[in-house]
Amino acid sequence: MCGIVGLKLKNPALENQLGALTVPILDCLASRGEDSTGIAIYTHDIGKSAHKYSLYNPEMPFDWEQYVGSLDGVFGDGFTLTVQARQALVVSEADPVQILSALRHGDPTVRLFGYGNAIDVFKEVGPASVVCERYGIANRAGYMAIGHTRMATESAVTTEHSHPFAVNADVCLVHNGSFSNYASVRRDLVDHGIHFDTDNDSEVCARFIGRELAEGATMADALKTVLKTFDGFYSLVVASEDSMAVVRDSFACKPMVVAETDDYVAVASEYHALAELPGIEDARVFEPNPEEVLSW
Amino acid sequence: MVDVEYSCASMTLREINVALRALPDGTTVRISEPRGCHNLVVGLSNKISVEIDGNAGYFIGGLCDGPDITVNGSVGWSVGENLMAGTVRVKGNASESACASSHGGMVIVEGDASSRAGISLKGGTLCVGGSVGHMSGFMAQAGTIFVGGDAQGSLGDSLYEAVIYVGGKVSSLGSDTKVEELTDVDKKTLGELIAITGFDHVSTDNVTKIVSAKTLYNFDALKDQKY
Repeated sequence: MCGIVGLKLKNPALENQLGALTVPILDCLASRGEDSTGIAIYTHDIGKSAHKYSLYNPEMPFDWEQYVGSLDGVFGDGFTLTVQARQALVVSEADPVQILSALRHGDPTVRLFGYGNAIDVFKEVGPASVVCERYGIANRAGYMAIGHTRMATESAVTTEHSHPFAVNADVCLVHNGSFSNYASVRRDLVDHGIHFDTDNDSEVCARFIGRELAEGATMADALKTVLKTFDGFYSLVVASEDSMAVVRDSFACKPMVVAETDDYVAVASEYHALAELPGIEDARVFEPNPEEVLSW
Repeated sequence: MVDVEYSCASMTLREINVALRALPDGTTVRISEPRGCHNLVVGLSNKISVEIDGNAGYFIGGLCDGPDITVNGSVGWSVGENLMAGTVRVKGNASESACASSHGGMVIVEGDASSRAGISLKGGTLCVGGSVGHMSGFMAQAGTIFVGGDAQGSLGDSLYEAVIYVGGKVSSLGSDTKVEELTDVDKKTLGELIAITGFDHVSTDNVTKIVSAKTLYNFDALKDQKY
């Protein structure tokens, strides 16, 4: 079991409450997994030409200034560095291709958990209450949140193996279930030069979708290709900068409930996680059908 | 007016289920603010009437052997799972595996039920006013499934002795099923079910009856034999 969450706001007036609305959902879904917790917050809080890099190091304290200094100025002039617990958020106007290369070849103890113009990724081993408190999730603003509470089945319980997997700029995936043919898909992606951070099955799906999107597919088309390619049980929430999409496998063994109002679209593994949302009594509540791709 | 009121906002799930178990037969109860709570009103054998005032979660009424339960909302997975006797009436929709493995009693879903409704039914009765999702009635061994609306794919796959009645369209039948003409006994049964459930949008003239084709009952030693 795992818990998955997606909350996309339609009403900008709620953006200041995004974190506060999402934490109780994650906290409730801790009953589906407490191995690790992760959340991606989408917020337009930097200039359009800049990128954010969500970095992580298990050591605390860690000398982030020295680490950034070791990258030979790749972040350019005027970058900002904000540290919270084991995470550092760097905002830079410099070329992302060079930055991603420098990060990969730099200190291997530093992990890149996500990057883009909108996405901030926070994830760590531990239950939702602890991880959300540590990273001040309740106070974070934004227009979309994607979250996960993990009960590990296919790979180790580490922060690196936690969801969301954010592989392309502003693209992330959370997964409830298990893929049975992921090793074959992974080999194919590796043969095409795709780099993996972990041996996790969900990362394979994230990078598969990332490749499809990079080759020009729409999110809906990418998820239809997932249905054809992946065997196993899955309910997925996938987000890009401007969209959130869901899909369930043909057996629909893993639960998913959608609640939609004029103010938001909320997705969760179980309805009771959404029961504290404002206006839920009047929401249109439904389950996606097997193999049905929905996007907002 | 009800005899007793409990609220999920002020009591834990266990406190509510323990309190329900201690009530004498004939008591009427309302449970407010269920907020999608799982496992409400499970494992009771007293003949009480319970009204859940809102959307509830998984396993509502599961393992019960007596009470009559009404949910003024929708429910999650496995409503009335392993029900022995009594009724569970859901005014809204039900998620997957409604009435799974139920031995007796009746689960009534006034709206739609999702995938695998009535899976492994063992003698109970499941009535759904709307549609049911795919693989409903899978391996149902005994009992009755009555669907007022449509049934999605693979209905009744690997069916044993349970009988399925569908008022609407059937997307596809599962393995080892067949359609049979309604008998007078079937029509009488359907008339009774329509009266009990209030599903008067269903006309017995349009109902399709699905039963096991019994081709999987015995192992065929010669099947696929190459030599």
